[in-house]
Amino acid sequence: MKRFLGFVKKEFLHIFRDYRTLFIIFGIPVAQILIFGFAVSTDIKNAGVAFLDLSKDETTQKLTDKIISSGFFKRTENLISYNEIEDIFRKGKTKEVIIFEKDFARKLLNEGKASISIIADGSEPNTATLVTNYTMAIISDFNADISGIRSNNSMLIQPEVKMFYNPELKSQHMFVPGVITMILILICALMTSVTITREKEFGTMEVLLVSPLRPIQIILGKVVPYFLLSIVNVILILVLSWLVFGLSVKGSIVLLLAESMLYIMLSLSVGILISTVSGNMQQAIFISLVGMMLPTILLSGFIYPIENMPKVYGVISYLLPPRYFITIIKSVMIKGTGFLYVWKETLVLLAMTILFIAISVRKFKVRLE
Amino acid sequence: MDNRVIIVKNLIKKFGTFVANDNLSFDVFKGEIFGFLGANGAGKTTAIRILSGLSSPTSGEVIVAGVDASKKPEEIKKQIGYMSQKFSLYEDLTIKENIMLYGGIYGMSKSLIKERTDNLLEKLNFQDYGNKLIADLPLGLRQKLAFSIAVFHEPKIVFLDEPTGGVDPITRRQFWEMIYETSARGITVFVTTHYMDEAEYCDRISIMSEGKIVALDTPENLKKLYNAATVEDVFIKIVRPVNN
Amino acid sequence: MQMQKVIESTDLSKAFGQTQALKEITFSVDESEIFGFIGPDGAGKTTLFRIIATLLRPDKGEMKVLGMDCVAGFRELRKNIGYMPGRFSLYQDLTVEENLNFYATVFGTTVKKNYDLISDIYSHIEPFKKRLAGKLSGGMKQKLALSCALIHKPKLLILDEPTTGVDAVSRSEFWTMLAKLRQHNITIIVSTPYMDEAMRCDRVALIQKGMILSVAPPQKIRDGFSRKLFMIKAREKYKLITALRNYPDTVTAYPFGDSVHVTFTDDRINESLFKFLHEAGLNNVTAEETSAGIEDRFLELM
Repeated sequence: MKRFLGFVKKEFLHIFRDYRTLFIIFGIPVAQILIFGFAVSTDIKNAGVAFLDLSKDETTQKLTDKIISSGFFKRTENLISYNEIEDIFRKGKTKEVIIFEKDFARKLLNEGKASISIIADGSEPNTATLVTNYTMAIISDFNADISGIRSNNSMLIQPEVKMFYNPELKSQHMFVPGVITMILILICALMTSVTITREKEFGTMEVLLVSPLRPIQIILGKVVPYFLLSIVNVILILVLSWLVFGLSVKGSIVLLLAESMLYIMLSLSVGILISTVSGNMQQAIFISLVGMMLPTILLSGFIYPIENMPKVYGVISYLLPPRYFITIIKSVMIKGTGFLYVWKETLVLLAMTILFIAISVRKFKVRLE
Repeated sequence: MDNRVIIVKNLIKKFGTFVANDNLSFDVFKGEIFGFLGANGAGKTTAIRILSGLSSPTSGEVIVAGVDASKKPEEIKKQIGYMSQKFSLYEDLTIKENIMLYGGIYGMSKSLIKERTDNLLEKLNFQDYGNKLIADLPLGLRQKLAFSIAVFHEPKIVFLDEPTGGVDPITRRQFWEMIYETSARGITVFVTTHYMDEAEYCDRISIMSEGKIVALDTPENLKKLYNAATVEDVFIKIVRPVNN
Repeated sequence: MQMQKVIESTDLSKAFGQTQALKEITFSVDESEIFGFIGPDGAGKTTLFRIIATLLRPDKGEMKVLGMDCVAGFRELRKNIGYMPGRFSLYQDLTVEENLNFYATVFGTTVKKNYDLISDIYSHIEPFKKRLAGKLSGGMKQKLALSCALIHKPKLLILDEPTTGVDAVSRSEFWTMLAKLRQHNITIIVSTPYMDEAMRCDRVALIQKGMILSVAPPQKIRDGFSRKLFMIKAREKYKLITALRNYPDTVTAYPFGDSVHVTFTDDRINESLFKFLHEAGLNNVTAEETSAGIEDRFLELM
């Protein structure tokens, strides 16, 4: 028993002397609580809603105001025709379109009912469900208001809910793009960071440095094989999701693959950057996996919409590559959009890639210290 | 009374078809300094692992400190001390912490540990540095410390695997004086080394080549037998470089 | 016309945090020399070699290699240096052949081109060329690492402890191979903790705690021993050493293999010595004068 305790004591000593590991053991739960506590809320805030008001009367006005002033919604646009609906969903800022039918107030008064169409962006099933539920709650509240005025005739506004994209609200539509995003960046960063720090640990890096190979050659040489392998990976995942979940790519596959390649390059260069600050493989693995996993899952908009989080997280998410790629991949895969709708995000990814590679080359030490 | 602490008879160790130890037979006596030499790949490390209970023989009789290595290798570990060049002490622990750890592992009481710790530090002239991290000590001192800790629990035999690699000549000699003193206390020392002059310090040496023992005697006798001035000359004469 | 020095070091200093690894190191190496650095672990050999190999920058002083400054001229230097660091940096999961081809390619040459240079060395391991480097014995790894360092015919070969952990036979072979490289006008600097290998160098620098104690041909260093050296033998080695240390006329007494090397205050053996040892319980004591080896000199200088 004494031997056992002696050994346990030694293990404690190792842990407490290793500040980096300590930081991870305590830092991560604390970070998780903070992030989960604030970032993740199942309420919605400022969800974008567009109105197609075919009636434009007092009642529709009142209802519109009520919806907007609830605090959960934010008006993005006033639409004029049905044609605009697809476009506005493609733009991405609108989560819901509310359509008031013609002669809304009159129908309500005379016939006792009028209908509203609620069309939600089904590519984010969670958000879609929340948003429509909230809307319906507001409508039914409004119902109660107006019924109260005219006590005899009950008036009913009947909402009809439809989903644009992903009509069955399949969660794979949310998960598959998100999983691709997460896996690509974690694995690519992990692979390159480990292969470089491995050379440092085994001492072969010394001999490489003394050779005529230039840093950029070493870096790109490390990246190329993983680049090719990762593309195969992406294709594999897409084929699997099609076969198993029936999820097909709505937009251009070529565009999707091109964007994926860019994202892969970016992820690989993140790994290289990590290797310049890691002394050994263990540190590289910690940073690539443990350090990056949480922000990627929680702050990229993968599961929880960024709009629902406090502003500060929103700002942080602007720095994270996964955030941009999620938008791109959802757009192309599920909404079927073309390059025109994702050029902004693409540009950001491109800029980040160039920046990271430039920093890595600069930081790559031509000497041992 | 049987004075032998290690008895090896027809030891064979195979890895698949490769015979690492080919019919080894030798004895080691109590209090001896026994040098175990051989070229890299000759099978020394394999044999030492079997003797220290880390691996089992394929066939043959191996008895260490009265324990049958093929039946109860775990029991051997309680009777022996071990020190190797690759690893000796935990760098991020202090001297005292390392001692406490090993003392505890070998079942020593706290009071005994304390008493011997003070003795040890005094002997090494390091009384005020008990709380220094190993990482902050020079190599020579680390090696001496590692050896002291390996025999801290007064085992019957201590195995030293290339204990003086890279250390300066003065420290090497001090180290060997510690070995002498230990052997004088009745602890058998089983040591491997690539320093041929250190082979001369041993009471008896054995030389392995290609899995077999090709020489086993006192250094003086071997030099006479092979008409050599030093053990190094003997070595070069009888060992074929290994190409496997 | 004076031959250009391959290495010229002037007042070179380097520190890591609190530790002063190298203190004002000054020396030079000539073309085609085998120049040895002898000293224990922690002496600064690896740090020095890394500076010469352009992997580290000195804090103070100057280091010129092949006529170029080791910091400013590092790119050009790296094409002309062969470096073999400790622990034989080979790719364990590549074969012998693949390792050699890799290094050849990286240096812009082919194995065929400079094969004659390495043939003596490589021929020992060529039968195993399809074996993974990780599965080679220590001596074979050493030969492979040397081949890889030589494959681009460097002007300067830097070998950091190439014989550590390798058995005596392989070590001896290794030094024979090094001697042959002189014919190709390759300059070699090599570090080792083994004193006996010092004798196989053209010149030797004794280095300890970041300082050079002495630079000279090994014979000269050895002959610089300041006293007369005596070799004393007896059966009980440990008793002998202890007794000699207690003997009043002893200056130094160090075990050396099967005897003890002793120096005395008056540089001679007094009759009283035998009496003293006999009283200490030692029999069959022999004592004679002997010539000092390089290790004796090193011990003296430390």
